[in-house]
Amino acid sequence: MSTAQSKQDPEMFDIAVVGGGLVGLPLALGFAQAGFKVAVIDAQAPEEVARAEFDGRVSALSPASLAMFGQLGVLPHLENRLQPVTDIMVTDGKVGGRAAPFFLHFDAADNEAGPLMHMAENRHIRIAAQKAAERAPDTLHQIAPDGAESFARDAGGVEVRLASGRVIRARLAVAADGRASRLRAFAGLKTVGWSYDQMGIVTTVEHELPHDGTAQEYFLPSGPFAILPMQGNRSSLVWSEKTALAKTIMAMDEEGFARECAKRFGDYLGAHRPVGPRWSYPLGLQLAHDYVSERIALVGDAAHVLHPLAGQGLNWGLKDAAALVEVTAETARVGLDIGSLAALERYQRWRRFDAVSLALVTDGLNRLFSNDVGPLRLLRDVGLGLVGKLGPARRFLMREAAGGSGDVPKLLKGEPV
Amino acid sequence: MNPKREPPASSPASAKAPSGKRPRPKTPQDPSQGPQGVTVDAGEIARFSAMAAEWWDPRGKFRPLHKFNPVRLGYIRSQVCAHFGLDESARQPLKGLRLLDIGCGGGLLSEPMTRLGAEVVGADAGEANIKTASVHAAEQDLAIDYRATTAEALAEAGEKFDVILNMEVIEHVADVDAFLAACAAMLKPEGMMICATLNRTLKALGLAVIGAEYVLGWLPRGTHDWRKFITPQEFERHLQRQKLKVNHLTGVSYNPLQDRWFLSGDRDVNYMLVAVPVR
Repeated sequence: MSTAQSKQDPEMFDIAVVGGGLVGLPLALGFAQAGFKVAVIDAQAPEEVARAEFDGRVSALSPASLAMFGQLGVLPHLENRLQPVTDIMVTDGKVGGRAAPFFLHFDAADNEAGPLMHMAENRHIRIAAQKAAERAPDTLHQIAPDGAESFARDAGGVEVRLASGRVIRARLAVAADGRASRLRAFAGLKTVGWSYDQMGIVTTVEHELPHDGTAQEYFLPSGPFAILPMQGNRSSLVWSEKTALAKTIMAMDEEGFARECAKRFGDYLGAHRPVGPRWSYPLGLQLAHDYVSERIALVGDAAHVLHPLAGQGLNWGLKDAAALVEVTAETARVGLDIGSLAALERYQRWRRFDAVSLALVTDGLNRLFSNDVGPLRLLRDVGLGLVGKLGPARRFLMREAAGGSGDVPKLLKGEPV
Repeated sequence: MNPKREPPASSPASAKAPSGKRPRPKTPQDPSQGPQGVTVDAGEIARFSAMAAEWWDPRGKFRPLHKFNPVRLGYIRSQVCAHFGLDESARQPLKGLRLLDIGCGGGLLSEPMTRLGAEVVGADAGEANIKTASVHAAEQDLAIDYRATTAEALAEAGEKFDVILNMEVIEHVADVDAFLAACAAMLKPEGMMICATLNRTLKALGLAVIGAEYVLGWLPRGTHDWRKFITPQEFERHLQRQKLKVNHLTGVSYNPLQDRWFLSGDRDVNYMLVAVPVR
C-alpha cells in the first residue's frame, strides 16, 4: 500500500499549517482570508476536541486577540461564552495563612477600553474557530483527523506525508503543533529552556458567591495560584505546585483534593468544590532559538512556552499568527517567495524579541515569588506595593496585558514600569 | 548601493554547495531545459543549483540585494498597475503583459514578476547568470524565458514588450545611447520602461561606493565606477534622444535602524524612474 502511495503526485498548496489547534486554526483562517490556498492538518477530529474532557483549560483573551477573532469570523460564535474580567487582584500569600492584603490591583476603571480581558474555555474557542472554518473561503482545506507522519524539504517546497497516505506539498509549512513540535525538530530548530520543578494543576471550581468578574493571583511560595472567573458561579484554578507535591495531590481522591484546594482558595467566594476532571502538566520555559528556517516557520507553543502566570500564552500565539499572515501577504503582494528566508526573517525579527522579553519577565517574577525566603518576601512586598501605588506604571502593565501597546516591553528598553 | 551586477558566476569559490543540506530539487520541469531552450549540461546542474542557492540566500553575500528587492518590486508593481489601469488587489495583476528584465542576474526580479502574472523574458549577457537563473526557476516551478543575450541583439530580432525593467544596469553600460535606443525600439507604443540607478553625487560616492564597497563590505570592491553614474537630468536627456519622457521619478533611501529601504524624495544616491514613449 505505501509503495503505491509514495509514487502519487502531491496535492499542491501555498501553505501547510501543521496543527489545527487554538493558534493553528485561526492562523489558517487568516491565510485563507488573505487569499492563500492553505491546508491545516490536525490529528484530532473537530468533534473530538470540542469535548470538555479533551481540554478543560481556560484562556485569557486580550482585547487585541478578540479584535483578531472578530476579523476572522470567530467572535460571533464565541461572544456568549466569554466571561469579562473587570478586576485582577495580585496577592502575596502563604498556604493556610491569613488573607494577605492586596498588593496590586488592576481594575477596569484604569482602562478606558472596557474589561481588561475575557476568559474563555479552550473548547469553546476551538468550537468557535471550527464554525468560522466551516464558513471560510474555499481556499481553506481542513485535513482532520490525519497525522503528519514525515516531512521532506527541497528548494521549491515542503512535502508533508500524512498517516492516511496523502501527500501535501506547500511553499511554506508552519509548525503550530505545540511544545513538542515535530516539524520544528525536522527543521533542526533548537530550543533553549529549563523546567521549574513545578507542575500546573488545572480544574474547575463551583462556588456559592458570584466572582463579579474578578481574577485572583496568589503568589504562594510553591508557585502562583490563579483563580480565573468563568461563566456562572464557576472559576478555573490554575495552580502551580512543586512537582513532588503536585503528583501527590493529583493522586488524591475527590475529598482530599477538595481539602487541598480549600487551603489555598480561601473563603471569599463562600462554599466551593472542585468539579469535573483535573489536568496536570510540567511547567517550564522553552524558547526556540530561531523561529524560521528555509520554508518553515514556528508559531505559538512550538516557538515559545511561557510560564502561565502571565496568562499570555494564547495571546502571544495569536500575535505570532497575525504577524505571520501579514508578512506573508506582503511578500506575495510583490511576487516574492513566501517560503524564502528573506521573507520569513521579517517575521522572526518582529516576534522573537517580544517573546524572549516576556519569557524573561515572567521567569523572573516566578523565581522572585516562588520561595519563602524572608528578605525576598520583604523586597517583593515593597516592590509590588510600590507598583500598586503608581498609577501610570499599573496602567502600563494593563495595556501590555491587553495587547495594545508597542512591540517592545518598556522594561527592556530601560524605561520605568 | 547596487549589488546586482556582481558577477558571482566567474568565481570558482562561489560554485561550492552552501552547506550540503540542500537536497536535489524535485521538480515537475526538467531543470536542464529552460522554457526557451537555455540548455544546462546535466553535469553542470549541481554547480548552478549551488550558485542559485547562493544568489537566493538572504543571509549570504547577496544580502543587500534581498534587502533592496521589496522596495523596488513594490514600486514596479504600483507603477505598472497605475500605467495600465490594472487591479491592484489582484493576486496576478500583471497577467497579459510581456515584460523584459534586462540584466536579470540570478532572476531576483524575473521570478517575482512571473508570480505576479507577467510573461517574462530575462536577459543577461553572462551565460553563467542565465544558467543559474534557469536552474533556480525550474526549482521554483516557474516558467521564465531566460536568454544569454543583450538588449541590442533582442531589438535586432524585433522583440516587443509592454514593460521593460532596466534596473541597476545603465551605470554599467559602455554606450548609454546605443543601449537606450535598443530598449526604446523594443517598447510597444503604449508600453513603459522602469529604470533604477545611482546618481553621480559626492554623497553617492561616499555611501554607494566607499561606504558599501570599502567600509561595510556589502559589495565587492570595484563593483561600481562612480564616474559612470548619471544624474537624473542626464538620464532624462538620454531618454529624450530616444523619444522617451520621464513621467515619474523617486528617490530610494535606507534606514539603518530598521535595516530597510523606502521610497523618498532624496534622489542623491539611489533613484528610480518611469519612462514612456512620447506621443
